[in-house]
Amino acid sequence: MELPLVLLIGLLTAVATWLMLSRNLIRLLLGFAVLGNAVNLAIFVSGRLTRDAPPLVPLDAETITGAFANPLPQALVLTAIVIGFGLLAFALVLAWVAYERLGTVRTDEMRVAEPPEEKA
Amino acid sequence: MGGWLAALVLVVPMLSAGATTLAHAAPRLQARLSLAGAFALLAVSVALLAVVLSDGMVVLQSGNWAAPFGIAFAVDTLGAVMTVIAAVTGVACLAFGLGEIGETERRAWFHPLSHVLLLGVCGAFLTGDLFNLYVWFEVMLIASFGLMTVGGTKAQIDGAVKYVALNLVATLMFLLAVALIYGLTGTLNFADIARSVPAVANTGVLTAAATLLLAAFGMKAAVFPLFFWLPAAYHTPLVSVSAVFAGLLTKVGVYALIRAFTLLFTHDPDWTHTLLLWIAGLTMVTGVLGAAAQSEMRRILSWHIISQIGYMVMGLALATPLGIVGSVFYLVHHIIVKANLFLIAGVAARLTGSMELKRIGGLYRSAPWLGVLFFIPAFSLAGFPPLSGFWAKLVLVRAALEIGSWWIAAAALVTGLLTIYSMTKIWGEAFWKPHPAGEAAARPLAEAPPAMLAPIAALAAGTVVIGLFAQPFYVVAERAARELLDPAAYIATVLGEVR
Repeated sequence: MELPLVLLIGLLTAVATWLMLSRNLIRLLLGFAVLGNAVNLAIFVSGRLTRDAPPLVPLDAETITGAFANPLPQALVLTAIVIGFGLLAFALVLAWVAYERLGTVRTDEMRVAEPPEEKA
Repeated sequence: MGGWLAALVLVVPMLSAGATTLAHAAPRLQARLSLAGAFALLAVSVALLAVVLSDGMVVLQSGNWAAPFGIAFAVDTLGAVMTVIAAVTGVACLAFGLGEIGETERRAWFHPLSHVLLLGVCGAFLTGDLFNLYVWFEVMLIASFGLMTVGGTKAQIDGAVKYVALNLVATLMFLLAVALIYGLTGTLNFADIARSVPAVANTGVLTAAATLLLAAFGMKAAVFPLFFWLPAAYHTPLVSVSAVFAGLLTKVGVYALIRAFTLLFTHDPDWTHTLLLWIAGLTMVTGVLGAAAQSEMRRILSWHIISQIGYMVMGLALATPLGIVGSVFYLVHHIIVKANLFLIAGVAARLTGSMELKRIGGLYRSAPWLGVLFFIPAFSLAGFPPLSGFWAKLVLVRAALEIGSWWIAAAALVTGLLTIYSMTKIWGEAFWKPHPAGEAAARPLAEAPPAMLAPIAALAAGTVVIGLFAQPFYVVAERAARELLDPAAYIATVLGEVR
């Protein structure tokens, strides 16, 4: 089960890297979203995968015995998804405002803060 | 007692953020609550430092779940010192903000966002858990995004785009490193990771994770070659915001680097610490050279942040007791000095009309006392005795010479020299030169609001005190360094509470 997921993480990372190398702000943010998913999957895999064994303590027992799915990575991934969602939402609004005020989404044309020729 | 204080350091800014949000419709009340909240944070963080200094490390097991199963907060001397400095910066910059911000900025949630930022910073200094550190970083980050765009000008939006983009990448690198470390050690608690690292067989992946963390924290700290977002963004926000950023935010990255490379990753110093030393040298030199090419006050100062970060990383990279002492001392000195220089630049711009050195001048004639106030942090930054920066540099250079790292000592000294060049440039252009628009264009100091001048004077006094009475500060830094270089004690204190 690990191998297909690892291959998927690799594929997503490659796609994200390609997207993030773009000078287009929207592509960069799409790349961030894809890379975020790749990293979340990496957290998930790093907790080792156990299929069909929810980590529930049986009614008549104190602890679980045998193999069970690791619940911690799921909690971590959930947190990371929420945070990633918040960051992406902010970044998208920022991109929209940048497009409205600066008239471009190309990062190499955004030179207001650092004007190209300063020696007037 | 200590545990409660550690919790209060997080609860106070949380409450302040809530209270200032609720008081949004009442500007005067909001301003008072905001300042009171900052002073309350200063009070509890000083109390926490006092407890740590008298009773040793404070550990708070949240929800009474013992480490490594729950999220532990572990406050050693370094963490406690850093929260005090964060609170000092918070008080100074919020007070300055009262004189600076108008109704538009206030409506853009300046006060609540500032307290959320302080919350994130303090959380990062106190936590003893890697994933929790990630969460505090994000709290800090999202607040800083909001603060950066508080005025909504074109330049701010432009700067924010670069700041946000680079920080998003750094965030994911950090998270990936967390995943790798969890996969290798099966734990996220700092102490437990430190205990497990020597037993990890797959050292290659471990070093990869360490390098990812180095890159992620390095990007936050703005070290060579990951610093380009900083000079693109730090000169655009409000002065009080950029002073907090300049003083605190990059130092959170340095703090995280110190934590990671004294406690967690000391398994392969030939790779990690050699890399850090190269980074330190190159950061110092490129930063100071970048500053020499600028002619806008805040952009000059922004490049100097980068060069100063190099000094702090240098002490860490030397990894000797004296080197770490130097780093800790430098952190404390630098936050105060750098925040103050940004505030002074703000007052200078208010009195003369611009941050651009070519368009201003005449301040020495119109506001001589501002010149005195500028001199103190400027020459402390360059390392003139008897100011605080002199002792910080002295310790670091001596640490480098002791282990025969001649070239890093040379880089540190040359950088200090070039820093004087930039500071005299600001002095000559903004203070000595007559104002290009005539003598009346430079206003007297009395026209700056007292709320702006009080924090500047207080921070300058702090710089002088650290310089003249360096011994107690040195003793605390030495104690912090001793704790950092003895991970076994940290591990025993955090995990020893498992009953």
